[in-house]
Amino acid sequence: MKLKKKELTKSVKNFTINFGPQHPAAHGVLRLILELSGEIVEKADPHIGLLHRGTEKLIENKNFLQALPYFDRLDYVSMMAQEHTYSLAVETLSDLTVPYRAKVIRVLFLEITRILNHLLAVGCHAMDVGAMTPFLWAFEEREKLMEFYERVSGARMHAAYIRPGGLYADLPLGFLDDLYLFVFQFNTRIDEIEEMLTSNRIWKERLVDIGVVSSKDAIEWGFSGVMLRGSGIPWDLRKSQPYEIYSAFKFKIPVGNSGDCYDRYIIRVEEMRQSLNIIEQCLSVIKEGPVKSNTSKQVSPSRVEIKNSMESVIHHFKYYSEGYSVSVGETYTATEAPKGEFGVYLLSNGTEKPYRCKIKAPGFGHLQALSFMSVGHMVADVVTIIGTQDIVFGEIDR
Amino acid sequence: MTLQLILNKGFVFPFILFSIQKSESIIVVLSTHLFFSIQCLKNHINYRYTLLSCVSGVDFNSSNYRFAVVYDLISIDFNQRIRVKTFLKEGQLMASITSIFLNANWWEREIWDFFGIFFNQNFDLRRILTDYGFEGFPMRKDFPLSGYFELSYNSNKKRVVSNLVELSQEHRLFNSESSI
Repeated sequence: MKLKKKELTKSVKNFTINFGPQHPAAHGVLRLILELSGEIVEKADPHIGLLHRGTEKLIENKNFLQALPYFDRLDYVSMMAQEHTYSLAVETLSDLTVPYRAKVIRVLFLEITRILNHLLAVGCHAMDVGAMTPFLWAFEEREKLMEFYERVSGARMHAAYIRPGGLYADLPLGFLDDLYLFVFQFNTRIDEIEEMLTSNRIWKERLVDIGVVSSKDAIEWGFSGVMLRGSGIPWDLRKSQPYEIYSAFKFKIPVGNSGDCYDRYIIRVEEMRQSLNIIEQCLSVIKEGPVKSNTSKQVSPSRVEIKNSMESVIHHFKYYSEGYSVSVGETYTATEAPKGEFGVYLLSNGTEKPYRCKIKAPGFGHLQALSFMSVGHMVADVVTIIGTQDIVFGEIDR
Repeated sequence: MTLQLILNKGFVFPFILFSIQKSESIIVVLSTHLFFSIQCLKNHINYRYTLLSCVSGVDFNSSNYRFAVVYDLISIDFNQRIRVKTFLKEGQLMASITSIFLNANWWEREIWDFFGIFFNQNFDLRRILTDYGFEGFPMRKDFPLSGYFELSYNSNKKRVVSNLVELSQEHRLFNSESSI
């Protein structure tokens, strides 16, 4: 057989692999089409929507109170941060004011939620990269924090505790004492996790200079939260556009300077310490008082009132069956959720159902930049980048 | 008729309405002026709305201009937010702003997926959140909550099959009238 020169040349094609949707490092149901040249990523195309539940459509068909628990189920590791944003949006539209004690308890739980989220973020990130131990420690602490959730609302995760007009109920007896005990020991737990990771040679080799985002790119891609601060932009909605009583508290905003995965890890750890600091301040300023607004149409009356007045029985029945109407208007309310800016664009047409409720999930914006962040890195680094973006599919797929 | 505001030295910003609701500023522009307005808001030295936080679609199915597309922008330099709204008729094309903001792509894909608003000059306008092979635009008000098709596993065929949704009871809407 005679070989022709034409047949000797081989055309080389990039290798395309399918990552996920069922992969432990995909943080849920991410399907990623990776185009590789050798082991270097040339292009990453995320396919999302495998956990799409039509939350926004469902909310349009529920009344304002029934829509609240859907927010717990969006980003299922920072539950209260999201129901809080929604409650704020409803309060903005209907001009409700929340009593002081409710505000303090809200901030308390928002910061508990932040710790809850960052523990999972750091723990799972470490596990993706190969360190098993911090993950187990983090989950033990998460369990303690979820017990606080359970004590106030009865549910470990999907609390539905922060509601438009205040809170579902007051804190149970002895809650704050136990929270103080937790705060007292938790700093040591962070130290332990840091001892394991921060100066660990393997951890640094996997994280330093991986997924570098310059401050210009971070803005260009619409990042928020830790992703933006990691690139050196001191932007935190708790400071820049304060809500609740954050302006009364002293805390620092950690900012990275090289914009790589390691910086973002350090920021998450430091934010946990700052959250602890805020919780401590909450414990010292909390006062006795009501935890619900006193507008009877938009807030459920207390049990005592129901037992004593017919009017309250009627309000209670109407509140839980028909719901309450919210005045015509629109608002885009955004708060600093642990993952970044979580926004609710709420449009009301004066009925008891939201006309449109658009949810701005921080992870949606971050995942979009995955291709940009992972180009030129190894396949194993893609896992690191997914970890550092703190992806949770509940909020991205909605 | 477009009202025009002269901001400085002959620079004209074309908007129809400017309002402040609940201390949030809202600008309504014509859909043909949207691209230019967003470009101004991003690049003009007085605004610097450099971060696009969210793009949302709204369906007003009874009105003449059926859809609204809403852009939420943040100015990190001045610590300000602004909302740019534009209204579209059904079937009208929308200018894509992916050449101004990189992250507009997924938001536009989402609106295309949910509402069927076509973004001109967006070169990656695939469906994003719905299933592969999904038909229809689920966030339109005339799309039923239960959808048209449901998937189930057929053990004879050994695969997932799609059937028409059949409800044993009509979907009921409860509102203030129905409770009387």
